[in-house]
Amino acid sequence: MLHIIVCIKQVPMVSELPWDPRTGTLKRETAQGMMDPAARRALEAALQIKADRTSGPVRITAVSMGPPMAEEVLYEARALGADQGVLLTDPCMAGADTCMTAVILGKFIKIHCPDAGLILCGSMSSDSETAQVGPQLAEDLDIPAIGYARRLELVDGCIRVERHVDDFLELMEMDLPGLVTIDHAGESDRYTPRYVALGGVEAAFNTGNIQVMNRQALGLDHAFNALKHSPTKIMDVYSPVTEKKGRVLTGAVKKMVDTLFDDYGKIISSAMGKDLKTHDHEEDK
Amino acid sequence: MEKQIWVWADYRNYFQSRVTLQILARATDLAKKTDAVVCAVVFGDRVDEYVAEYIAHGAQKVYVTDDPFLNTYNVESYAFLLSALVRRFQPETLLVGATRFGQEIAPRVAKQLNTGLTADCIDLDIDDKGRLVQIAPSFGGNLIAKIITPNARPQMATIRPGTFQELPHDDDAKGEKIPIPLPDHMPAPRVRCLKSELHPVRARKIETADIVITGGRGMGSKGKFKKLFDLAALLNAEVGATRPVVYADWISSDAMVGQAGKHIRPKLLFSFGVSGAIQHTAALADAKFIVAVNKNPNATMMKLADVALVADANQACSGIIRALKQRIRN
Repeated sequence: MLHIIVCIKQVPMVSELPWDPRTGTLKRETAQGMMDPAARRALEAALQIKADRTSGPVRITAVSMGPPMAEEVLYEARALGADQGVLLTDPCMAGADTCMTAVILGKFIKIHCPDAGLILCGSMSSDSETAQVGPQLAEDLDIPAIGYARRLELVDGCIRVERHVDDFLELMEMDLPGLVTIDHAGESDRYTPRYVALGGVEAAFNTGNIQVMNRQALGLDHAFNALKHSPTKIMDVYSPVTEKKGRVLTGAVKKMVDTLFDDYGKIISSAMGKDLKTHDHEEDK
Repeated sequence: MEKQIWVWADYRNYFQSRVTLQILARATDLAKKTDAVVCAVVFGDRVDEYVAEYIAHGAQKVYVTDDPFLNTYNVESYAFLLSALVRRFQPETLLVGATRFGQEIAPRVAKQLNTGLTADCIDLDIDDKGRLVQIAPSFGGNLIAKIITPNARPQMATIRPGTFQELPHDDDAKGEKIPIPLPDHMPAPRVRCLKSELHPVRARKIETADIVITGGRGMGSKGKFKKLFDLAALLNAEVGATRPVVYADWISSDAMVGQAGKHIRPKLLFSFGVSGAIQHTAALADAKFIVAVNKNPNATMMKLADVALVADANQACSGIIRALKQRIRN
């Protein structure tokens, strides 16, 4: 049986980020969480492999590392069709950079899923956008990896991946176990995520089956501190908005547009490389 | 031992992407502050042409492994080689272009070397202790973080293409080529490339366009968003978009302007219905002149604009198209 591990991150819902208008910063603690869109595509890829009868029996484990509230995305994964959900959560894991996140996910797979054949991740999460955890997890597990998959297929015990990387269309192949990251951009509709009926999520909540694992379950010693052990340190965080003293136009659209061309026509025509008549309404008189 | 700043040379799409040259330019500035030597690292098969190019663009030394075994980009072999070279020559800093291949190789090298890596930097600096300050959008892209790697070495960062301006080509520049033979113990690659063909997403690029028109959700709908292409045709411009627009499938992902997309530096930028989340605005800070349209005068994008039109994006776009047609005709 092929055991697929899907790494799922809970991210803040970007469209609804609450801002503190006084400081101009994000009130992250009150942000709503959702399943990262790229991870959702990775889960979809796993579900499609499972649905394909030619792949043989498939078991899907969804795993997430994060605070207790990240459990929500695992219930959602269960409702979508994952067989099992596992949350790795412990105060000592807070503040992990990508390197430490890979170490923690790696511990889980090595100890609890030694039979893992295929590991799927989103290529890039929508919040931190580093694209680093997938490749670093493969490195931690010492298995081959292919990034940015748009399509994958099991062929004679190998995995075959189609991808678009830096203007190259590529077809790659590797033996299992291996790790694949699914393209977050989704230029093909192959892994457009399915939606789950509300009833499905409710049922998943009722049946439970989310395992919670802490530091001990992952064999991390009591001195483990992801923040401290992360090689990168954040020195400073600031809101980058630099305001210009630009001109603000209001009123009827036609009037604003005329002002735009009359007063800034030279800039526009020079960028276009073409002469524009900039005062035609004057001359029309 | 001399201090070195390394730039991993990504030349696979040399004619499309100038990211290595751009990073070499920034590395040259940083090297002046820390008294370091700027080095490029080139792997491949028959790469003399690139070596000469990197020297002409600021590399004082170029480490080169030139071998038919390296004729296609293979992330495992390349990461193995790069890590081995870093262990041997111990550069202070290793910079990699955030191309997709760069974003595959850099995390693996960082993990092999047990060092930190900051993704997609929008700037680099040196602090008063001589450490590399890696400046990257963070916290969902709404804030900028200054990140350092205090203890581990090398200090590693990937840099989004288009972030820095390349130095002019200098034919008289002198640089030393240091050949490094392929090690005997290269591991056999576990990933096989069955096919790789050049397939550019688009012939023209918003990264190099003089005029760019970006649209956000404020355009209203996929159908209305198309109007931006009419305006682009008149202005000889390229169309870009924010992330929500790309995610809503109003336009393909290669048009995305932002931290996860393209970094642009047009002479003139029109922005329609864009609120201005930092992951978008950070990528257009170099636009020379910005015209923004938004119903909300307090939108961040409006505050970045040279001229801000408080209006419905869709109506304003129609108005500008009308006016432009008239003025071109006249």
